[in-house]
Amino acid sequence: MRRAGIALAAAALAAGVAHAEKRAIPPGELKSGSAFVGSDLRALQNDDFANPGMLWVERGEKLWSEPAGRKKIACAGCHKVQSMRGVAAGYPKIDKASGKLVNLEGRINACRIDRLGAEPFRYESEEMLSITAYLARRSLGLPIKASIDGAARAHFEAGRTSYHLRRGQMNLSCAHCHDAQWGKRLLSETISQGHPNAYPAYRMEWQTMGSLERRLRACLSGIRAEMLPYGSQEYLDLELYLAWRAQGLPIETPGVRR
Amino acid sequence: MAARIQIPREARRGEVIEVRILIQHPMETGYRHDDVGHLIKRNVINVLSCRYDGVEVFRADLSSGISANPYVQFYTVAEASGDLEFTWADDEGERGSERQAIVVKG
Repeated sequence: MRRAGIALAAAALAAGVAHAEKRAIPPGELKSGSAFVGSDLRALQNDDFANPGMLWVERGEKLWSEPAGRKKIACAGCHKVQSMRGVAAGYPKIDKASGKLVNLEGRINACRIDRLGAEPFRYESEEMLSITAYLARRSLGLPIKASIDGAARAHFEAGRTSYHLRRGQMNLSCAHCHDAQWGKRLLSETISQGHPNAYPAYRMEWQTMGSLERRLRACLSGIRAEMLPYGSQEYLDLELYLAWRAQGLPIETPGVRR
Repeated sequence: MAARIQIPREARRGEVIEVRILIQHPMETGYRHDDVGHLIKRNVINVLSCRYDGVEVFRADLSSGISANPYVQFYTVAEASGDLEFTWADDEGERGSERQAIVVKG
């Protein structure tokens, strides 16, 4: 009887484990990209004044309260900036109105088109980088929280498939480096775990600020795979998977990276 | 051209103060090519100077070797209350300036 009880409990536990998504990197071992850069870049990122990304954050602060579009209203006209604390940490998420998965860029542009009657910001434009950096900065230190329930579920599954898909001339998937080989050397670089918590980030290689999608494209180019257009569905799904994978890591925007 | 300056708001007379400036600028080296192979013209901030209460206390001639969004840090002695005024110019002749006041006591 007692033995049967234990077996039952074990079966229930196993079922519980099977129900929770398997993580390649357990939560206790999650490391932000800043753990894989030199102490000089880490110091630069943590210096609120010298961090070059703060130039974009400051510009974003101005854009936030600048009236725009046909309706001549600003973001600040509807949203209290205090209410933005923690918001960026929850993207990408399902937009209630359209039922579609949107990232922070998509959310801002939806607001610009529908509420402001303004032109959308282009990906990687100074304006888009500035406003996303400013909003992500409002979540500084807060953990990434990605919801993969309900309508987000299908996007999560697609993102996971995309993450594990071998691509390009190198025939590598994201997982081959960032799940299986992180912490090891790739020429002069240390392979990171590939987390999105510092984006938009200032990269030395770019000598400027860039979005997470620009970073994804840089990886794709590195493995000689086809780069998708900005804002494509596959990137959005992948962003959701990355956010889930980094669940709990604090936001560091604007990160400073090699 | 956006810039950020950081100096102490207040200092004692004779105190050594840290002055920091970060300027947003692409610092185009003149050695890069665009997507169709044309050389991109050099455009860097070539001169940066700082006047403290009207007197020049710092001057730097910058060139291609300096990274984008240059960050400069130096020290000066707090002598009198007044403005620290930075001015700079790039190869295309665009000028920028930024100032901040300091109160010196004692």
